[in-house]
Amino acid sequence: MTVIEARGLRKAFGTTVALDGVNLRVAEGRILGLIGPNGAGKTTALDAILGLIEFQGELRVLGRDPWTERDQLMRDVCFIADVALLPRWARVSQMLDYVGGVHPRFDRAKAESFLAKTDIRRTSRIRELSKGMVTQLHLALVMAIDAKLLVLDEPTLGLDILYRKQFYDSLLNDYFDRNRTIVVTTHQVEDVQNVITDLMFIHRGRIVLDCSMEEFESRYLEVSVHPERAAAARALQPIHERQLLGRSIFLFDHAANQKIDRQQLAAFGDLRTPSIADLFVALMGKYAGETQGATI
Amino acid sequence: MSTPSNAMPESSETTAPAAMSPAHPLYWSVRRELWENRSLYLAPLAAAGAALFGFLISMTGLAHWNLSTLHGMDQRDYIAKPYDITAGVMMATMILVTVFYCADALHGERRDRSILFWKSLPVSDLTTVLAKASIPFLVLPLLTFAIAVALQFIMLLLNSAVLLASGKNVAALWTQLSVTRMWLLLLYHLLTAHTLWPAPVYCWLLLVSGWARRATLLWAVLPIIVIAGVERLVFQTSHFAALVFARFIGDTPSIAMMAPDTFPTDPMTHITPGTFLSTPGLWVGLAIAAAFLAAAVRLRRYQTPV
Repeated sequence: MTVIEARGLRKAFGTTVALDGVNLRVAEGRILGLIGPNGAGKTTALDAILGLIEFQGELRVLGRDPWTERDQLMRDVCFIADVALLPRWARVSQMLDYVGGVHPRFDRAKAESFLAKTDIRRTSRIRELSKGMVTQLHLALVMAIDAKLLVLDEPTLGLDILYRKQFYDSLLNDYFDRNRTIVVTTHQVEDVQNVITDLMFIHRGRIVLDCSMEEFESRYLEVSVHPERAAAARALQPIHERQLLGRSIFLFDHAANQKIDRQQLAAFGDLRTPSIADLFVALMGKYAGETQGATI
Repeated sequence: MSTPSNAMPESSETTAPAAMSPAHPLYWSVRRELWENRSLYLAPLAAAGAALFGFLISMTGLAHWNLSTLHGMDQRDYIAKPYDITAGVMMATMILVTVFYCADALHGERRDRSILFWKSLPVSDLTTVLAKASIPFLVLPLLTFAIAVALQFIMLLLNSAVLLASGKNVAALWTQLSVTRMWLLLLYHLLTAHTLWPAPVYCWLLLVSGWARRATLLWAVLPIIVIAGVERLVFQTSHFAALVFARFIGDTPSIAMMAPDTFPTDPMTHITPGTFLSTPGLWVGLAIAAAFLAAAVRLRRYQTPV
């Protein structure tokens, strides 16, 4: 089943084009990481999916038009953005009451049992909680909702590594199953590398990479080469090269150069799957160069 | 009027989450307003407390009451004065709280970004706006009435106690005040002059609170001043300003009741709901109020944090 389907999704704010004809399809049971530099259009895409902004083009989320059917859609969709989103004046118990009162799929016992594992007191006001605690509270509320799609927009922004790790662990162990779908954007790409099943890069309102993590692992290879052999490796047309501790790190795209194979590369030095962050830097550098070249 | 009649269904804390009736989002949205805006009840309570304090001080003079020298309406006026004043204080408080609430109602959630959270729940924009509109149209009038009645009841008891203690006649107090009638008139006055009649003013404030990015009161008042100024320049008249002012502070008593005195608690007042309800001005005002609310509902779909 397709959870999100967009065709020619476009959104402009004045003269700034935030989404420039985005096509995407997210199937049920996937965890999609939407990665892009600041201002690439990530949040705009999520806002359109959540029915928070008007858009041009075609977009169906769980078979509904998010802009006109937001309230019905939200029975099956949950949303966590960065932590400043819960009302600061509210008490924890009030949040539980309210969500339980308005959401038909909220399981209060589940939220309570999740909160029991934290230091959050029911009587506290949200403004008194730390950033990490607010995220835990929001996660507790969301995980207790039997939703089909969870949208996370920089959910761990400003949190320390412990909270971030906990966040994704809870998400995977206590929440995610094959019937649910998650879309996450984050700048902390290293956190999600082992979480996501699909990867999408977005740049200047366009999707520039769309692949599953299996494809990612078979397609991109990184090899650390001794300087003496760097020239030979360079001849194989890597898509990116950087220096690290006196060695040259080459990044190869198997799809771009079919001739290379693993054994050939392994002969140059340590072979491994690149991190998403390294691929991101490599590809974004390339696109930045292209667009500059185009404007000059 | 678009006041939600099902805003306060019988509900308990233990309502099963699985079975949900359509009324629950509205009910919980009204609860949310009361949680968020504690001034809605704290301000009337504080005003009532202050009024009670003032009454206590004024009671020191009570022992010297000499009603026998006063007759008829004079006697009644003398007795009723503190009650009229406290009712007036409560009404003024209600107007003030209503104005400040409405001017912030759809702005606060955008200011603190929590609108993203509220919009991530299956609550429609219509429900949210109706819940906010129910505060000036239902919650505040009833709350103000309840607090005013409680306040005046305490005053009556204190009044009686002091009169008894000083060996004076208590009967005159209770007969002249005609308590039930006084309270019914107060409720009627609150609902007509300060709820239904100024409805377009309150709904205008709600609408502007959802539109303006900051300084909502400024943007609500500015168009009125500009229109009134232009009218004065072009036509040398001031109908618009008079119209808005009449709506806001309410010259309704003339059409809602026939009062010998200006104050509605006077027992000689005859309420004239028929006249009030058949005034075209009331229905025109309510239609404008409904249009403002409909615009506010539509506008909320576009609202994002400011």
